[in-house]
Amino acid sequence: MIRFDNVSKSYPKQNRPALRDVSLEIEKGEFVFLVGSSGSGKSTFLRLLLREERASHGQVHVLGKDLSRLSNWKVPQMRRQLGTVFQDFRLLPNKTVGENVAFALEVIGKPRGEIRKAVPQVLELVGLGGKEDRMPGELSGGEQQRVAIARAFVNRPMLLIADEPTGNLDPQTSVGIMKLLDRINRTGTTVIMATHDQQIVDQMRKRVIELEQGRLVRDQSRGVYGYQH
Amino acid sequence: MRAQFVLSEIGVGLRRNLTMTFAVIVSVALSLALFGGSLLLREQVSSMKGYWYDKANVSIFLCNKSEAQSGGSCAKGAVTEEQKKQIKADLDNMNIVKKVDYESAEDAYKHYQEEFRKAPIAGAVTPDQMQESFRIKLKDPTKYDVITSAFAQRPGVQQVQDQKQVLEPLFNLLNGMNYGALGVMALMLVVALTLIVNTVRVSAFSRRRETGIMRLVGASSFYIQIPFIMEAAVAGLLGGMLACVMLICGQHFLVNNWLAHHIDVIQFIGWGSVLSKLPMVLAVGLLMPALAAFAALWKYLKV
Repeated sequence: MIRFDNVSKSYPKQNRPALRDVSLEIEKGEFVFLVGSSGSGKSTFLRLLLREERASHGQVHVLGKDLSRLSNWKVPQMRRQLGTVFQDFRLLPNKTVGENVAFALEVIGKPRGEIRKAVPQVLELVGLGGKEDRMPGELSGGEQQRVAIARAFVNRPMLLIADEPTGNLDPQTSVGIMKLLDRINRTGTTVIMATHDQQIVDQMRKRVIELEQGRLVRDQSRGVYGYQH
Repeated sequence: MRAQFVLSEIGVGLRRNLTMTFAVIVSVALSLALFGGSLLLREQVSSMKGYWYDKANVSIFLCNKSEAQSGGSCAKGAVTEEQKKQIKADLDNMNIVKKVDYESAEDAYKHYQEEFRKAPIAGAVTPDQMQESFRIKLKDPTKYDVITSAFAQRPGVQQVQDQKQVLEPLFNLLNGMNYGALGVMALMLVVALTLIVNTVRVSAFSRRRETGIMRLVGASSFYIQIPFIMEAAVAGLLGGMLACVMLICGQHFLVNNWLAHHIDVIQFIGWGSVLSKLPMVLAVGLLMPALAAFAALWKYLKV
């Protein structure tokens, strides 16, 4: 599913590389927490998966493809098999909930009939059945994140990448979002979630990958957030 | 590709930047009108050149009675039959001469009356004021000075005139105007292109949320860029149409209704020439902004 072979990434004008010699493998259907303090390389790790950046050294394989050899025009095709969720939801404020989800299908050219069927289905799945015509501004933070997850999942991706999806939410709402991600994971979708939320990581008992100053310092199945925290 | 989605995006984009769009349309229209105008001016010049150069290369004007009275090169009196025969024979023997036509005073009078029939001066001219002349075509028009040196000093010859020498300043002026129009057009074009690039940047920036999401969900870069490119193309096409309207108005009001009435001797270009330029103006109006937009997006909207 995902394989990093001795991956390093340095940005121009920065002395310290963002990632240093990271090697790991993630199997299909896994649920993985990516933890580490700010600047530890979590974001770079996710950006490499999305092919927003290319590795400076080493190889990143996602869904069986070597991303360093993937030509630019094939990147969109690759991204259609990934779903992404962010801390700040990234919804379009002038479109309704339904339109926001449909947008993801429209811009990759899906036929209208298919969109009309898929959107209510996925909204039902994330627990927003019947809220299709609401505007994002009328919804709570938790509900907005559910819309974002619906948008990421509507195309049934093989891999869901979540960058601190609960970062803006209170603990109770976060639990709801985690249950939803867990449910999505159980459909066979691999989930990779970067987080600072100790409580969630400790509760879920999933695989934990910890980065520190760009190095992989811990890879533990059924792990907790950290020893020293 | 869903046309409805793209079309609505274009509409939103054009409305959002209404003032910028307006500026793009006007500057594209002006530069294209100048472009079309200079093409037409060039055609006018070349058609005039063809018309005049075809008529005669060099003319030898012979002395008549009234010229003889005013002295100068004709002080020895009007041309005699002897002299005329000699000139004709000499011309026929010169191998640089392609063709010689003799124009009698009556012919000259007739042509003059035809050409200036509307002008009041036509009535005041009498046949004996007109000059006989030889109209000579040269194999190589640049060798007119051979004719000049051979015949200018002969008795009975009033003047050797190279028609090109007479017309050249006029054509130079028209060509100069053409270059001026092209220069202004180039400047307007730079203004138009800069505006387009800027408009597209602003447009892309104001929609970065949408384009960011499109990138994430795997929309192709073509799909992401096409609304911006079409936006520029639509504005450019509107500018092109405006330029066409300007050219048509120019032909109707300036050339047909004004110049043609005031200047008789010139055959002005007609509707055919104007209409044949319009598709080109429209095509440039459509493609140039689209390419500018594409170039502007090249860096801005990478995958």
